[in-house]
Parts: sequence; C-alpha cells; structure tokens
Amino acid sequence: MRHVLSALVQNVPGVLSHISGMLASRGYNIDSLAVGATENPELSRMTFVVVGDDYVLSQVRKQLEKIVTVVQVDDISSQNYVERDLMLLKVKALPGGPRSEIRELVEIFRGRIVDVGPEEVMIEISGRESKVEAFIERMRPYGILELVRTGRIAMVRSTSDYRPSDSSENLETNATE
Amino acid sequence: MANSQLGRTTKVMTGADILVQSLVDHGVEVLFAYPGGCSMPMHQSLTRYSKYLRTILPRHEQGGAFAAQGYSRSTGKPGVVMATSGPGATNLVTAIADAKLDSIPLIAITGQVPTRAIGTDAFQETPIIEVCRGITKHHYLVTRVDDLPRIMKEAFHIATTGRPGPVIIDMPKDVQLDRCEVDWDVPMNLPGYRVTRPLARDEQIRQVAAAIKHAKRPVIYAGGGIISSEASEELRELVRLTGIPITMTVMGLGVYPGDADLSLDMLGMHGSAYANYAVRDCDLLIALGVRFDDRVTGRVETFAKHAKIVHIDIDASEINKNKTAHIPICSDVKYALQRLNAIVEAPEDMVAWVKHCKELKEKYPFHYDQNFDGIVQQHAIQALSDLTADRETYVTVGVGQHQMWAAQFFKFRKPRTWLSSSGLGTMGFGLPSAMGVQAAHPNAVVIDIDGDGSFQMNIQELATCHCEKLPVKVLLLNNQHLGMVVQWEDRFMGSNRAHTYLGPIDHEEASGTGCSVRHSYVQSRYPDFVQIAKGYGCGAATVRRKGDLVGALEEMLAYPGPFVLDVEVPYQEHVLPMIPSGMSVDEMILE
Repeated sequence: MRHVLSALVQNVPGVLSHISGMLASRGYNIDSLAVGATENPELSRMTFVVVGDDYVLSQVRKQLEKIVTVVQVDDISSQNYVERDLMLLKVKALPGGPRSEIRELVEIFRGRIVDVGPEEVMIEISGRESKVEAFIERMRPYGILELVRTGRIAMVRSTSDYRPSDSSENLETNATE
Repeated sequence: MANSQLGRTTKVMTGADILVQSLVDHGVEVLFAYPGGCSMPMHQSLTRYSKYLRTILPRHEQGGAFAAQGYSRSTGKPGVVMATSGPGATNLVTAIADAKLDSIPLIAITGQVPTRAIGTDAFQETPIIEVCRGITKHHYLVTRVDDLPRIMKEAFHIATTGRPGPVIIDMPKDVQLDRCEVDWDVPMNLPGYRVTRPLARDEQIRQVAAAIKHAKRPVIYAGGGIISSEASEELRELVRLTGIPITMTVMGLGVYPGDADLSLDMLGMHGSAYANYAVRDCDLLIALGVRFDDRVTGRVETFAKHAKIVHIDIDASEINKNKTAHIPICSDVKYALQRLNAIVEAPEDMVAWVKHCKELKEKYPFHYDQNFDGIVQQHAIQALSDLTADRETYVTVGVGQHQMWAAQFFKFRKPRTWLSSSGLGTMGFGLPSAMGVQAAHPNAVVIDIDGDGSFQMNIQELATCHCEKLPVKVLLLNNQHLGMVVQWEDRFMGSNRAHTYLGPIDHEEASGTGCSVRHSYVQSRYPDFVQIAKGYGCGAATVRRKGDLVGALEEMLAYPGPFVLDVEVPYQEHVLPMIPSGMSVDEMILE
C-alpha cells in the first residue's frame, strides 16, 4: 500500500537529517520525500510517500510524532487531496530531428519547454506521479539525457463540493491509457 | 529558590555561567564532568558554583555518564554529565544510547570547538549532534548564547517528561565565553512536543476493569514504566485489590516486593519458569509500562498466545509495535492505575489459578548446587541479599551471567534499588553507576555485583570512588571468563572457546583445553584484583572457601571506604532457566 504522509516540522537545522536517519535506521521504505517552507517561517512541510501495510504506516507515523521537532503528522491518503510532482527533463532533440514531435507531446501533457540547446531541449512538467511517469515513457525513445524530480507534494482539498476542473488530472487519464 | 540567588545580581552573564546557573535552578546537586580544552570555561564556572553543585571527576567520560545514570536511576531526577569536545564527547556515546534504551533522563553536555571552527575538522572536533541524533530523545547545538536559557529549560523538560530519555547539549567554546543579558523567563518553544501527559479515558479503564473481573487466569506483567512514573504504590494497591499474580521485567524489578507471595519474579529468557509458564497459560495479560522486548517474549507469536492483552504505556509507538493489544491504552501508567484502582473488582473465579501459580513457584524455584564445595555465584548473591535485607541497599550490575543471577537471587523490595543496563546491555555499567548511586545516597549500602569481564571495562573508576570518597562495594564474581558467552558456547557451539577466557593466551583455558570438569577452578588467576584495588586505595580481599564467604561479605560491608571482594567462582555454571533466543517457553531449558 502507498500512503502519503504530510508532516509539519520545526524549521531548525538538522530536522531533515533526524527524520531521514530515523526512517533509515528503522528500515522503513520511503518512496519519495519532499521538503519546503510553509507560510509560517518557523515551520516546514515534509511530504512522504511510504510503502507498506497499515502496521508499517502506523509505526512510521508514531515514530515521526515522537521526534520533538515534528509538530504534526497527517496521513492524507484516505482524504481527497491534490498531489503534484515537478520534473525537469533534458531530452535529445537534434535540429531537423523530432523537435516538433516533442513539442507536441509537451503541449499535450501541459508541460513547457524551458531551455533549448543546440542538440537538446529542457522540459518542465508537473502533475500527478502517474502523469509524470507516463511522460517519461513517451520521452524515452528520443533519448533522455538528464532528469530531476522534486518528489511528491500534496495538499488536502477543501471540504466544499465545488471543484474547478483539474486539467492536469483529466489529461493524466488520457495520457496513461 | 535560595540556590538561585548567586549570579542573579548581574544580569549580563557568560554562556558558561548561564548553563551552570541553569543546572542549579533545575535542582541538580551533583554532576560528573571530565574537563578538556573546549569545556574549560564551563569547568571554571562550576568552581564558582561549588557551594550549590558538587562536581565529581570520573576517570573516563563513559564512567561519568554511567555515574550520572546511576544518580538518575536511583533518585528519579535527571542525571547530568559533562565532557569536552571530540573524544570526550564520543566517549559518552555508549552511555547515551544506554539511557535511550532504558528511558533514563540524562542531560549530556559536551564542549564543542568554537562556532567559526565547526566543520573545519578542527582539533578535537566531532559532529557529536550528528552522531547522537538517533540515540537521544532530543539534541541541541547551541549557536547563540541568548538561546541558552530556553534550551536548558527545554532540555530538562524533554528529558524528564513523557517517556524519559537522554538529551545532549553541544556547547561551542565561544558560546560558553560569550555574554548576554539573561532573560530567565523565556518561554519554551516546543510546538511538536506534547505538553500534557497522555491519560487513559474512563471507558478504557472500565474495559480493563471488566476484563479483570471476568478473567480466570490473569497475570500482571510490569516493567520500567512503573518506575518512571513512580507508580509502584498504585501497582501494589492493584495487586492488593485483585490478588492477581505479578511478574516483572528486568527493568521492573523492585516495583513489587520480590519476596511477596504473589510475586512471580522476573519473566523472559532467564526469568523464572513459573513466571514464563504463568504467562504462557494466562487468559489475561495486564502489561504495564513494558515494551514486549524480545528478551521477554522469545518468539513473539507464541508469547501469551491465548491471552487477552491489556497494554498501558505512555509511548504510543510501543503500543502494537511487537505485540497487538486487545485493549491498547496510551497513558501515564500511574494515572491509569489510580483510575483503575478506584473501580476494579477482584476476578470472580481465580482461586484455582492462584493456587496453580503458587504450585508452579514451589515446583520450579530458582536453584543451584548447594553441595558444591566452593562458592557458586548464586550462593554469593543470595548470601549478600540476606545480609543486607534490613539495610538501605542499592545493587548495580554489569552485563552477563552475574547480572541475571543478581536479578534472580537478590530480593528487591523497593523500586530504584536495582540498576541494570537492561536494553543496551552495556558491560562496565556496574561500577560507575554504583558511584552515581553513592553520590546521591551517601549513607546507603551501594554494591556493584560484577563479573571480571564487565568490571574491567570501567575499572578505572575505582580511583573516583577512592578520591571522591564514594564507599562503593564491589562483589566481584571472578570466573576468569566471559561467562554468558561461554554458556552459549557450551549450549550451542560445542564448547569451542572463542576468545572468552580472560587470562594469558598461552594458558590452557584460552584454547578451551583446560579441565572442563564441572566446578574445576582455573588455578592461576589473572589479574590480581586485590592488588589493583589496593593500588587505587580501596580495601580488598579474596575469598575462595565456602565457609569464609559470609565473613568476607561482612568484612566488605563493614569497611568504611570502597572495597573489592574478589570471589573465586567456577566458570562452568550456567544461568537457568533459559529460553534460547527466538524460541518459546515450551523450549525452555531447565537443567
């Protein structure tokens, strides 16, 4: 089972090291870990994707909560949430080659070409993991030169029923068919 | 607080003075500190506060840290140890890890190279906070002197509340020397730390009471959490009210009198057969302040297999960690017991069970060879237990056979009178922790029951005992071997001696070709512990004959200063019963 945990931590030196050290030493399997500032300068947000059954998840959660600098831990997997992963990807695109084909795919996936080199282009793309993965598969035949991802971040939706259409997610269903 | 007046006249203070003043304000009366380049300003400050705070100089930083543990374990107050940067700090690591596993409130203060030198691989620099992250409850690297009053407040709070544990404070030398105007009333900043202790809900307590009422074969399994939360009285009250038999973990010994009728003594790998059988057959296991450690459960699937399990512990992460509880309660155990005692009723139908437990106790007592024409370890411990029964006595131990025999044969009647490195199992714990106990209880009898292996891991602390006037007694059960490893070699490895003999390598015992006849003594003994002890200024004697034992023990107890009684014992004795690692009670070795 895949769980998304969202943790609020004190923004003090060593927190990341403490948490990753605890997870490693207890042998928990972390799929991805993203850290960044929040609206409150004293707090940071960490988003974990943990793989394991309910027992593993509850242990990870309790062990995280035991760390003094961890303020709050939520398992948001069971809630309605938006999840994003940002990727930068450099793909081979020789002049006269498949540049326009690549550009079309980037558009379909609602990505952006952010840098153009003599023999390659750099693409920025964000969305759910499955969409990002699908895009990687589409790019593979062209020759991926370099790839970097942020890891997943997630946020719970408001309880209100109104949901503006999420183009990224709609697209993802198409793209992963 | 009268103690707080010193230093309060000037508002501007150095970091070192703030730290030491803080210790005084937190009620610290004694600390163990070994100086070095990067901790000198703090030591200078300690001399200015010597009226309020005794500084004891150990002979090794690890000794200091275990002494601080001894102080803490025997009083319930946080123990404080100080060391310099680099090797001084790394020498604390084992004792810090030890405090973490046994949930002991310990404040470790380390000197650090000046902030501008941090990260440059400076002389005697180690990233001690990085090293200690996983083995402390919390940690601080102080980078601004203004943060210090808050950090000290937080450190003591964290170390002593919830599930207690060690906190390390790393003090760069420039921060010690830096000055600031002190705001003592600064609030703590711990948004991620639970301020209030978790308390059982009333319906949970009612569930437990109902489970007890309907139980036919209940057993209480009590551990160190009872000691941490000072709940021994409440526990005894629960046993009085219900008449339920009780077994204790190695950390829990003393929470219930070992010589009482309903006591089943210790359970687990080297616990009593009757405790282990009772737990195997019980239908309700009331687990209080325990963590289902592998040394208690053996194969966890078969542990208390048919029982409904009530688990009360303050640490949520312990609940359902090793064993799923039917009634899991995250609570301060003292509070839970108080609430439970208010409504609990004795089980309706338990007569046959209690009778059965008492019969088990008579049928499988701890025993040893009484006819042996010499001194066996168990006999020495039992004799000491009898001799000290009516005195205020504290016992510390190293790790190994002697530790388990002490747990089996010394009768503990009060909490905090038995000190054992139980979770980490650190050899060398005995002597320095006894030193810390003696510092806290100057008039008590403090005895380190030790083995010759463990004793030599911190033997240098005899100097501290002598120089600091700490009249610790050492009952040295000297079998010339690493007895517990020898026992495993005998049981599981065809008695092949693999570096378990402590004498010279050309001795026949080193290769295991010595006389393996049971109870044959190793004739030539190494080293000469009496001479060593006397060299340190302690009293010392050797005893070998059975008839001389009691006299020798009395001589030791009567001696005014520290004393080492070297008891020559055989190495062929095994600690029994024994449930081999990872096995179940049905595989228990009784003979």
